[in-house]
This record gives sequence, structure tokens and C-alpha cells, in this order.
Amino acid sequence: MQADIAVEMRNISKNFGSIKANENMNFNVRYGEVHALLGENGAGKSTLMNMLSGIYSPDSGSIFVHGKEVRFMSPKEPIQMGIGMIHQHFKLIDIYTALENIILGEKGSFFINKQEISKEIKGISDQFGLGIQQNKKVYDMSVGEKQTLEIIKVLFRGAKILILDEPTAVLTPQEIKKLFEIVNNMKAAGCAVIIITHKLNEVMEISDRVTVLRKGQSIMTYETSQTTMKELTEKMVGKSIDLSIKRAETKGNVEILKVDHLTVVNKEKINALKDVSFNLKSGEILGVAGIAGSGQKELCETIAGLCTAQKGKIIFQGDNILGKSPRAIIRLGIRMGFIPEDRLGMGLVASMDIVHNIILKDYQGQKGIFLKRKHIIKKAENIVKRLDINTPGIYHPVRKLSGGNIQKVLLGREIDSNPKVLITAYPVRGLDIGASFKIYDLLNEQKRNGVGVLFIGEDLDILIDLCDRIMVLCDGSVTGIVNTKEASKEDIGLLMAGEYKVQ
Amino acid sequence: MDASFFAAAVVAGTPLLFATLGEIITEKAGNLNLGVEGMMLMGAVIGFFVGLMTNSPILALFGAAIAGGMGASIFAFLTVSLRANQVVSGLALTIFGAGFSSFMGNKLIGQVVPVNIKDFFKPVHIPLLSDIPFLGQIFFQHDVFVYFGFISVIALGFYLYSTRKGLNLRAVGENAAAADASGINIGLYKYIHIVLGGILCGLGGAYLSLVYIPAWQDNVVAGRGWIAVALVIFASWNPYKAIFGAFLFGGMDIIGFRIQRLDIHISQYLIDMLPYVATIVALILGTNKNRKENHPPKDLGVPYFREER
Repeated sequence: MQADIAVEMRNISKNFGSIKANENMNFNVRYGEVHALLGENGAGKSTLMNMLSGIYSPDSGSIFVHGKEVRFMSPKEPIQMGIGMIHQHFKLIDIYTALENIILGEKGSFFINKQEISKEIKGISDQFGLGIQQNKKVYDMSVGEKQTLEIIKVLFRGAKILILDEPTAVLTPQEIKKLFEIVNNMKAAGCAVIIITHKLNEVMEISDRVTVLRKGQSIMTYETSQTTMKELTEKMVGKSIDLSIKRAETKGNVEILKVDHLTVVNKEKINALKDVSFNLKSGEILGVAGIAGSGQKELCETIAGLCTAQKGKIIFQGDNILGKSPRAIIRLGIRMGFIPEDRLGMGLVASMDIVHNIILKDYQGQKGIFLKRKHIIKKAENIVKRLDINTPGIYHPVRKLSGGNIQKVLLGREIDSNPKVLITAYPVRGLDIGASFKIYDLLNEQKRNGVGVLFIGEDLDILIDLCDRIMVLCDGSVTGIVNTKEASKEDIGLLMAGEYKVQ
Repeated sequence: MDASFFAAAVVAGTPLLFATLGEIITEKAGNLNLGVEGMMLMGAVIGFFVGLMTNSPILALFGAAIAGGMGASIFAFLTVSLRANQVVSGLALTIFGAGFSSFMGNKLIGQVVPVNIKDFFKPVHIPLLSDIPFLGQIFFQHDVFVYFGFISVIALGFYLYSTRKGLNLRAVGENAAAADASGINIGLYKYIHIVLGGILCGLGGAYLSLVYIPAWQDNVVAGRGWIAVALVIFASWNPYKAIFGAFLFGGMDIIGFRIQRLDIHISQYLIDMLPYVATIVALILGTNKNRKENHPPKDLGVPYFREER
């Protein structure tokens, strides 16, 4: 074994019930390199790294750290061996300050000596160019700040092997650039850095080597300089696919929805939307970009009638729909498909099957007290066939379907009602590339049918390729509405951070 | 109202204070133990029994602490190791404790605390402090048990907010997954603090049977355990605020006697209701909390399983 190898994982297998999350995985990382773990959702990237950080224990296989075989029983041992993981869903205590989070679980004096610790933290953050306010509470932090805090926390523990799980998912392009600088600093300091991602351009930009995972197996390890994005995609997906979105061109578009000076206060009594105005035309996809929690959810819910507004109007075909009940709004032909982070929180009832999930939005049009199922069954079969949903049958509980198929059921139901306005929030969240492109095709098809689509997305590249215009939200305000044919990713990134306004 | 009323409120509030502190530690570890009433009853009966047998106040207190701790360790085993439902486990513990104390106390009914122990728990005037006008009489002319309560509040406050162990403990209750990823032994923290909570509840019960009454009567705790559970919310999980809550409710407990003495005729039933009505009012006022620090521990009542996806 080479001396500079930090971690070697051999023939690792891990099952969750009947699901094989990892099967005979092989992986190693050297000191002083950035190693990317590339794979689609469900490829087993996070599972593999959770085993390295002691959260899961492997069913079989062996892990070597600094050439010595280890068997972790808890996250404590990897920390002591200098392994630190920055989880995709941050593992921070909301009500604690940055400093308190950093020393959490650390050994030391019985009483907390804040001044001494504070000095130590400052030393580390200066060394790697990380800025942080030590007495700021986590609940007051932006996503970027939280991530910086996680990194400092790991470095404070003296980690030489760092694992970053999807670190760029929630950052603006500018923040990503800064993160990559920090990663390069860590690399220069001799750390081994592992980055989990499914974004190819990031792999090409930052990594020295890349290991591709697919369906729980490690497919191949490349020197990044000796491979191409095309080759990596093929290995990642398992077949060659066309990665371009064809924007459908439509004509004769008229304004169908107009939002006018909308202000919404959310449950925490914070202004979630501030004076938001925009319009949506038929046959158009209007993208909404913004850092998570910039008011996207409130915007969707207000249009769908689930949220009340303090001020403003929502005009649909000449009528103000603000204040109408969700049911009345659905009847007008405004349909919403919101995919929350846990994917099942909204829109579908997990333990019900496809047929009954469709009835949920259909029974109101029926007469009598008993449900009429016949035409719904036909509808369900239709949706399954049309969207290519992989299910044992239409009576299978949606909870037991894979994420992608669940989302297709949700979107299929909304599309099937022939809406005039379709609101989709994060429709490809957690989907693999193939399924994502299927969804984009569906949205384009809706657009060609003259539907006005409001598309709330995460991935800027996709937003630019798919949408006609992009509205950028920052902290509840519209910082700009740009035409995608003219705007660059960097412009949108600046708008997301609220740095300037497009006139 | 004179100072003697407030002094009596402090005495009546002391068992509530111990139980509230016990439940605060337990809930800070993320476990909701509704067995407070049961653990208090176990502590009350064992404390009384040991005191009667040995004539030793110290052994009596030890007995009560162990009894409460034992009750809590049953709960800990069920909810931490077996991940059983916390609400049901706690209720079961309350029912068990009530049965246990009735069974154990069956032959003790009518017995009185030995003179020796009564002497030990005689009011002690703290030099200087007890001479402070008004406040001195309220706070510093009590038995050692009451002072031990004051010390417990300060010790617990320091432990929770100024030590690393306390920081880790609160993290366990807030976000067990994050605490685990930081290398904290979740199971160990939960066990230790649930048992510690039980010990405090047991002592609270013993105060009733050994000092407050001081004789054995069936169901000596009489719902104070439930009031303590509510007081935890009233105090927003803060031991310093718990002391105010406990003494306020102690005052509610004794106000009835005072009113009788003043020759005002209100139905005894209505007066007996006061602590419970006040509990409901406190809960209504207490649930509207804006500062995040005053919210219940986020993972309260949620069993932790590391490999859960």
C-alpha cells in the first residue's frame, strides 16, 4: 500500500432491509488530494461516507485509515482518528452559538473557558480563510454561514480527512467559488478531501481524482484530467444520454396570471414575501431562482390559496383570486405540485395507493356520498402508462415507490387535470438524470399546450436551459426578472445574493 | 398577607421544586417522563419506611433517592434501550408507583416520623441572611431540605449552562443526530440524566412524607407530580425559572388554609381546585413563546436510532 493513502475502503457492503445501498464498494483517497464521489441519487455515495464517519456500520468489508484496519462502533472513533464529515443536512444545534456548536462533544475543562476557545477558533479560521461570527446563533445564520461553521467545527477537531456531502447544493455560484478556495486551502495544508456530488462541472473544476458510483456499486476511478464529462456521465447513468433540454417555442402568449405587490407574513411572523410583483404568460415557463427559504414556499402556497396575504393582489384571468379557498382555486384550473425536502410532506398521502391519491383531488366534482372509482382507475392506468411510472400496480401504496416515481404520480395527477396554470416546486428533487429529463419534457409539453408554468428550481443551469424568464428571489423580495437568453449564471448568482438589482 | 404566608409557600413549593428540576434534566436529555407522580410516590414511601426502620434521616433520604432512581431506570430501559413509546412508559410508571406506594404503605398508615428525624429537619436560621427583613423570614428560616433545593437549582443551572457536559446534554435533547455526529454517547447521556431526574423526584416525594406532613398517608403526593410536569413548561426548561414556578404553586397549595382562617366562606372544593386551575392558566400563558431558547427541546419524545433513514 502506498504511504500517502489516507483511507482505503475495500469490498464494502451495506443493506437497509432488502435494499442494497452498497455492494462491494472500493474506494481510496490520498493526502493532499481532492477526490470526488460522483453518482446519482441513490447510488450509495452518502451511505459509503456515513460508514467512514461511523454513523452506519458496514455489513461486510474492511476500512483502513492510515494503513491500519479499523472498525468504527460510533462517530466518536472516526473523529479521534481525524475524520470529519460535513453532512448534507447540517448537524448543528439551532439554539447554540457558533462557538458552542464547535466545542460540542469535545473533551476539555469541566467549565467552558470561552475566551481561550475563541482564540483557538480564530487561529483556525484565519489559517483557512474562513470568516465566522462566533457568538451568532445558528438559527440566525444563512446556509452559507452554517456550512462554514460545519467546516470550522471539523477542522477544530484536527481533521485531516474531510468529507463534504453535496456541499454546493444550497449555495450561490459566488459562495461555491469561495468554498472551492477553502477546499484548495485544505488540500494545500495536506488534508485529504472527499467531495460527494452529482454535478459534473464541479467534479471537473475541483477534483484530482473521481470515483463514479452507480446503483450501490463503485464503477470506476479516474484521474480527473484524463477523463471527460461525457465519459463520466455515461458511467454514472449506465448509458449514454443526451444532456440538452430543447426549449419549446410558443406563440401568441397572453398574460394569464398577474401577481401585484404581494406581501405575505409567515408563521414565524417574518415577512416571507415583500412586495412581490410579476406576471406569467400562457405557454411560458417562468423560473424562480433563489437560495432555499427565500420565499418560494410562501409564493406557491399563497397562489394556491393555502396562505393568506397581508397586501397585494393575485389576478387570474382578470379576477382577484386572493382570499378564495384552495378548492375554488383548483376549480379555476390552477394546480400546484410542491415537492418538499422529504418528498412526501405535501400533496400525496403516503399510505394510499395511486388511485386514491387521484381521488383526493377528484371527488369534489362527484355527486352523491359514495366514491365513484371506475373512471379514476382508468385515469390512474393512463398516468402510469403515460409517465412511465415503475410500480407493481395502481393499488400499490405510494410510500413504497421510489422517489422519482412518487414525484411522477404527483405531477401526473396535476397535469392530467388540464390546468391553465401549473406551479411546480422542485419537481426533480432527488431524481436521477433520466427521470429528471422526463419531467422537463413533460413541462415543455404543458408549455406547448398553452399552460403557464411557474417552475421553482434549485439548479441554475437547468433553470437557464428550461425557462423563458427567471425571477430571482432574495429574502422574500424580487431582485430581478431576467430573460434567460441574455442573462448569465453569474448575474443570477449575484441577484440571489441580493447584491444588485437589474433595472 | 405577611411573610409567614410566603415562607409557608416556599415549604409547600419545595417538593414541587425537586420534581420540576428532576423533570427538567430528564427532558433536556430528550425524554418525556410522565412517571413523575409515580417516582415521587416511590420516594415518599421508601424514604418514610427507611426512616422508620433506621431512625436515620440520611439513610431515609438515600432510600428515597434510590427508589426514585430505580423507577426512572425502568423508564430509561424501556425508552432508551427498547425505544418504547415515552408517553405510555411514563404513564405506566405513574400507575406502578401509585400501586407500589399503596402496597408498601398499607401497614404504615397512621405512623409518624421518628423524633430523631423530625429534629434533623427542624428549621435552621441562616446567620445574617435570616436577619434580612421580610426576605430573611421567607427564604432563610427553613429546614436543610429547603436549602438543599436552593443549592440544587444553582448547581443544575451551572451544570446546564456553564459546563461542557451540560452543553452536550442540551444538544442530546435538541438534536440527537447532531450530538451523535459530534461524538457524544447518546445512550449514556440519556440514562444518566433520566436516572438523575428520578432521584430528584424521589427526594421531592420524600419531602412530603418526612417533613411536610410528617406522617404516612395514602396517596401523599396527590397530583403534585403532574403539576411538576406542567411547571417544566411554565419554567420553559430553565431551572432558575423553575424556582419561581414551584413557589408560586406552593402558594396556591396553601392559600386555602389561609382563606379559611380569614373566615371567608368559599367552597372548599373550589379552593382545592386552585393549583390545577393555575396549572391550566400557566400552560396557556406558557405555550405562547417566541424566543427559540424557550421552546421545548426539539427532540423531546423522539426515540433516537442512529441507522434510521
